[in-house]
Amino acid sequence: MVQTQPRTATQERTRPAIIDCDVHNEWNSQEELYPYLSQRWREHLQTFGMRGPSGATYPRFQNRRTDSTPPSGRKPGSDVAFLAQQLLDEWNIVYGILNPLTGVGRQLIPEFDAALATAVNDWMVAEWLDKEPRLRASIIIPFEYPDLAVAEIKRRVGDTRFVQVQFSGRPAEPMGRRKYWPIYEACVEYGLAVMSHAFGSGGHPITGCGWPSFYIEDHVGPAQSMQANLISLVFEGVFERFPELRVVSVENGFGWAPSLMWRLDTTYKLLYRELPHLKRLPSEYIREHVWFSTQPIEEPHRPEYFLQLLRHMGGADRLVFATDYPHWDWDSPDGALPARLPDEVKQQIFFDNAKALYRL
Amino acid sequence: MRQVLERDAPIERGRQPQPVIDCDVHAEVPRVEALFPYLPPYWVEHIQQSVFKGPTDTYYPRHAPVTARPGSVPEKGPAGSSLELLRQQVLDPLQVEHAILVCTYAIDSLHNPDAAVAFASAVNDWLIAEWLEKDSRLRASLVVPSQIPQLAAREIDRVGDHPGFVQVLLPVRSQHPYGSRLFHPLWEAIARHDLVAGIHFGGAPGNPPFPSGWPSYYAEEYAGMAQVFQSQLCSIVSEGVFDLWPELRVTLIESGWTWLPAFMWRFDKEWRNLRRLVPWVKRPPSEYIREHVRFTILPLDAPPDRQQLLEVIAQLGSEDLLLYATDYPHLHAADPEQDLLPVLPAHLARKIRAENARAWYRL
Repeated sequence: MVQTQPRTATQERTRPAIIDCDVHNEWNSQEELYPYLSQRWREHLQTFGMRGPSGATYPRFQNRRTDSTPPSGRKPGSDVAFLAQQLLDEWNIVYGILNPLTGVGRQLIPEFDAALATAVNDWMVAEWLDKEPRLRASIIIPFEYPDLAVAEIKRRVGDTRFVQVQFSGRPAEPMGRRKYWPIYEACVEYGLAVMSHAFGSGGHPITGCGWPSFYIEDHVGPAQSMQANLISLVFEGVFERFPELRVVSVENGFGWAPSLMWRLDTTYKLLYRELPHLKRLPSEYIREHVWFSTQPIEEPHRPEYFLQLLRHMGGADRLVFATDYPHWDWDSPDGALPARLPDEVKQQIFFDNAKALYRL
Repeated sequence: MRQVLERDAPIERGRQPQPVIDCDVHAEVPRVEALFPYLPPYWVEHIQQSVFKGPTDTYYPRHAPVTARPGSVPEKGPAGSSLELLRQQVLDPLQVEHAILVCTYAIDSLHNPDAAVAFASAVNDWLIAEWLEKDSRLRASLVVPSQIPQLAAREIDRVGDHPGFVQVLLPVRSQHPYGSRLFHPLWEAIARHDLVAGIHFGGAPGNPPFPSGWPSYYAEEYAGMAQVFQSQLCSIVSEGVFDLWPELRVTLIESGWTWLPAFMWRFDKEWRNLRRLVPWVKRPPSEYIREHVRFTILPLDAPPDRQQLLEVIAQLGSEDLLLYATDYPHLHAADPEQDLLPVLPAHLARKIRAENARAWYRL
């Protein structure tokens, strides 16, 4: 187990230890990937660039935290020393999990997608994990091409700093479809969680009724997208087939989880004849197999509703803390969780749940 | 758990203590020939001479339990196609003051615009002649070619002032979100005729119901429809439809509603952060929703714990939002007469049974 950095006495007293389950690292320039790409794909990247399903551009004001540009002049999130200082040191984050949003998984050329995934993972090892012992990472996989994805998972076996594989929020098919099962099989075999991060189109609009017009709709949408993925994972019987699978929903919110579980249970009571492969109530699969990151934290206008929400979820044991650093809508560890939340619940969310989930 | 399917349909258990307004009762076209008196000869010939037999859809599978509760299938035709059975099974035993008809004939599946207009008009004329004129307790939702908003507006102008029509039916699945400016001619017509927009479960627009494509099982589509309603609500508020037409009323029919509190928390939070993008949205989205949107009570996606159900109802923040509905002849797992109304304070149960709908639909 990697030792954490020594902490100052002040931090020990005033800040709880935190595991941050959503840290976004970036490259300053795609040239940083070149050493990890073959000549064929390096030239392709230089000449044609990345090409995925296109056609969704939303004007927006917000981008990165305005104070997250490093003194080095590099892009926010691209300077490991500054990230360690501004995020990990500042907030006593003992583990930060890197989820780079790269465009991998959305490339239309399968072999290019796979080559990029390998390059990104090699780059993460050399430029991030080897340089900062508090960091952990998601394996970037070409999830639309499961045979290539499994090969990439196998390439990382043995490096326990990789704790999960990363899906986008909207794969080309609902996440429970059998196309993706080889990936889940590999994750169970190698002890990895499966994480789905908000956003990233596999070619479909972010709603079940076409493309919305404004970024605010695009920013509400991950809540609906992830619900659709969970409906698919449960009703396809993925958790029956892979009883050890752990699924992590990142940046999708969690306020919707209770009503989704109620709806799935009532749906099952009505339509169970279509689903003989299920052996338990849908809510039981979700309670057992699914974790939710906190950012963007739910903010009901009455504080007691937050406590009701935790009860409706069946407890706080599946919530893991995330900042989403360095994005504009990040959650500060100081301000995100409601003040009246009992300390032991905060401890669960800040640390214990993620430690158990990721076996840290 | 599974005994829920074997029990008698709730409406067959006898008389209710109070009159109700049933905001979701289905009137199904028994077979396409029933529309012949109302269709132009061009389309009658089409049907007689080709494999085209009118619009098709799959969102109520004919023999699935959701589509026909026990005892609701008439001797001829599908469940929901017999006025006589509706009277026997709903209108008379429940002391229904008014029932609002919903016809889910899949006009939106017809990409041929002339066909869409012809079949929408035929269904509306059929609803007037075969249902509204035969029972004074009935009101109806008029159907429109919603995929072509200008033509939908024209159909609203044609029949929208008939006193039997109280709302315009829009399938929740659509090619574009309903707040989009493409649909503003439709909203303008709905507002001008002082009708309610009834957004209803289902739709056959051709694009997938999930943001990640087509799910495998019908159960996924059934459960996932709630998220499509959420997206439509997000679109309608974000695009300023309620700012443009401040009197507009929208009913979500068969949407579920226990998701609403958490949806409003998230939407309000996004609005606080991103309202510069939609400066016409002047107030938190939850305020627009409570003022302009109502929800039928079925399906009831309720927690098994009654205390939690009461908490969710309090979180709605208004006692005006819920409208009684049987969704006859469809079947859902929960029964409001057992699982919702007896749990509530009497005044709230009264509001849900009739008072909210009477005010909303001005009945």
